[in-house]
Amino acid sequence: MIGQIKTAVKNNIRQYTMIIALISIMIIFTILTGGTFMTSRNLSNLFIQTSYIAILASGIVWVIVAGHIDLSIGSVVGFTGAIAAILQVNFHMNTVFALFITLLVGVLIGLWQGYWVAYRNVPAFIVTLAGMMVFKGTLLGVTNGATIAPLNPSFKAIGNGYIPNIGNTGIHLTTLLIGIAAIVIYNFVEIKKRNERVNYQFEVLSMPLQIVKMSAVSIAIALFFSIMVMYKGMPWSIVIVIIVALIYSFITYKTPFGRHVYAIGGNTEAAKLSGINIKQRNLLIFVSMGVLGALGGAIYAARLNAASAQAGNGLELEVIASAIIGGTSTLGGEGTIIGAIIGALVMATLNNGMSLMDVQPTWQYIVKGMILLLAVWVDISTRKGK
Amino acid sequence: MAENILEMKNIIKEFPGVKALNNVNFSVEKGEIHALVGENGAGKSTLMKVLSGVHPFGSYEGDIIIGGEVKAFNGIKDSEESKVAIIYQELALVKEMNIVENIFLGNEIKKHGIINWNEAINKTKKVLAEVGLKDNPLSKIVNLGIGKQQLIEIAKAISKNIDILILDEPTAALTESESDNLLIIIKELRNKGVSCVYISHKLNEVIDVADTITVLRDGQTITSFANDETINEEKIISLMVGRELTTRFPRVEHTPGDVVLEVNNLNVYSEEITDKKIINNVSFKARKGEIVGISGLMGAGRTEMAMSLFGAYGSNVSGKVKLDGAEFKIKGPRESIEKGLCYLSEDRKANGLVLMMDIKENISLASLEKVCKNMMINSNEEMKVANEYVKKLLIKTPSIEQNVNNLSGGNQQKVVLAKWLLAGPKVLILDEPTRGIDVGAKFEIYNIMNELVKAGVSIIMISSELPEVLGMSDRILVMNNGEIKAELGYKDVSQEKVMHYATGGK
Repeated sequence: MIGQIKTAVKNNIRQYTMIIALISIMIIFTILTGGTFMTSRNLSNLFIQTSYIAILASGIVWVIVAGHIDLSIGSVVGFTGAIAAILQVNFHMNTVFALFITLLVGVLIGLWQGYWVAYRNVPAFIVTLAGMMVFKGTLLGVTNGATIAPLNPSFKAIGNGYIPNIGNTGIHLTTLLIGIAAIVIYNFVEIKKRNERVNYQFEVLSMPLQIVKMSAVSIAIALFFSIMVMYKGMPWSIVIVIIVALIYSFITYKTPFGRHVYAIGGNTEAAKLSGINIKQRNLLIFVSMGVLGALGGAIYAARLNAASAQAGNGLELEVIASAIIGGTSTLGGEGTIIGAIIGALVMATLNNGMSLMDVQPTWQYIVKGMILLLAVWVDISTRKGK
Repeated sequence: MAENILEMKNIIKEFPGVKALNNVNFSVEKGEIHALVGENGAGKSTLMKVLSGVHPFGSYEGDIIIGGEVKAFNGIKDSEESKVAIIYQELALVKEMNIVENIFLGNEIKKHGIINWNEAINKTKKVLAEVGLKDNPLSKIVNLGIGKQQLIEIAKAISKNIDILILDEPTAALTESESDNLLIIIKELRNKGVSCVYISHKLNEVIDVADTITVLRDGQTITSFANDETINEEKIISLMVGRELTTRFPRVEHTPGDVVLEVNNLNVYSEEITDKKIINNVSFKARKGEIVGISGLMGAGRTEMAMSLFGAYGSNVSGKVKLDGAEFKIKGPRESIEKGLCYLSEDRKANGLVLMMDIKENISLASLEKVCKNMMINSNEEMKVANEYVKKLLIKTPSIEQNVNNLSGGNQQKVVLAKWLLAGPKVLILDEPTRGIDVGAKFEIYNIMNELVKAGVSIIMISSELPEVLGMSDRILVMNNGEIKAELGYKDVSQEKVMHYATGGK
């Protein structure tokens, strides 16, 4: 049993260090802010603040894992957010339609950048650097430098709203029910996986350990939902983050496409000789990034209830930093969606905590930069030991 | 008896879980060529890393004594100061720099912090002459062949006035004549008083060049002896693997069936220089249940021929190919794999494996659809399949979730082989299937090949090792300059005959 714990820790050491780092940062801020940080109100806001960064960071994981980079995220977020706003303000389009067209623009942006990377062999660094300028230009063009507002109330809800409460009590019943459902589903899936492994006669965790693991995860889910239950309920943006995270994790681990992304980043030549259609895969990776960029843009605009020429400025750096803090290797081949989301939480926690403490932006940037450096250094030095 | 310039006493080096070196004793006399042989994983490279300071002082037990003094190296810089230089299998030259820049890299001749290029060039000319090169010191490394690059590495070592030169598999990538040249130069160095530690799997070279031979097995020194007339390859091999190999090649009578692959007038032009013809009118057939060996010197176009058939190389590829009776249009690796033509590449680390993935992920990489259900990867099925191949091919690993990076060369090669076996090939092209792997693993791979042939697979084996081609193939095609020069049956073939055609003889 101790052996099993050891291998479990060894295999997931990076995930654990990230979670431990996140929790330590949270504890430090709780102490420094005299408890303000740990209130459900603040944490709930923190989740909302994390949402679009988390979505964008999930998107860039594949890009970086496959050995590319995307520097155009900030401009794409600004541009697609502006499209969403214009469709509503100038064309009076309803929310669903506006969102749909915005995502479609994201697909087109992804096709454009992906085409140059995959079929014209221009390095992604250059393609997306060009994209950064081009989409900043188109953003200026469509907004004319002005702020476009206000957005549909239902669109605004994507960024700021909460899912409706079916009960009339002080607690948020819908969120509570979703939380309970999540715990039930998690445990069900976990047991099913275990049974399948038993059927294949593979080694499984010993029963006590299995129960410890399931309880721990269940408690984590319960804590996460209770924060939202106690405040205003589950924000729509968190619903979207969870859906994106589930879909992307699923594709990453469960489909040939996901495996191919890692193979391309790990060894392009071996991937090619194994019959993987690298060009098409690369194109799809950028299309995925384009769609999530547009989704991030929509949430970003919804949060501000406006689109402006300054929107998304410099966002790509925050997104890349999140993914890298979350364990994505800049050399390609390694990285996880959940890691990137935790990385985004770390970044958002730093922003939030330091703002609560009234730390000046000067120091906020310096601290975030140093944390990024530290995270990568710790990662590299622990990896060397293996 | 000459004095020992180097003594390594009771060296113990442990990695988590393995004792890589267990009380190794190794001593080198002044001015001798000392060959270090052993299977992969025997500890040769680890021992040399201890000696050169890559594994720093304190991370191992035992003493390194050079010139009577116990040394404590903390890095290559330290060992170089004690006049020890190591040249790795993978060359460490900066390709975009010229010869002078490379030779004095990190060791620049300078005055007041400014490099004196004229003196550097003069010195470079001198050391180049010592290794028999007449190239312009200002030529870029990229433009030189791999054989010359190896000599430049040696020149670089000589420029540091070393006493001990360690060569790790120096001839692995060289052609026969380049190897011969290298061996001559090493002998010349010895005559000037430099001691060489020579690590090689090529035992004929070891016998040719070594004064003393030390055999390592499982991290222990088995024996050290003078290389005299009584020593032959079989003897060394038996010491290396600890058992007498009755035959080095498990020759089995195959019964070739129908023609499964038919290539007619294949012409291929270079990818880089599109008007340069690489493959010229190549035609051949391969039958079910036989091994066709392809021999030839480096640059004969063997790999290019195989890769262009597979759809992974060449521009303007033309010719008629039939696979299993039907016309086969060369499109790309995906289509070739689906139709049953697979290609195991010659460089497993660069082109075969994703090193940071684990064993099961590498095995399933080319045929993920076989472990998929409803377009989803069934991880249990994947593990089951991977476990089957690990057992079948005797891959030595604690778990299929081990990164292939941590496996020895032989086991890595078996993982690539498993990848292609899972794809279910009708024709399997093996490009240098046993390069750089130890004798035991080689033998196991030969057995696997025989089993595949028995099951009706047609194997095309490209190999630079003549004994291997002669020992394993049913028919041998000899290539030279992009053409097939001869087809020889295994019963009436000799090394001399193959070499005759390979060098362009009629």
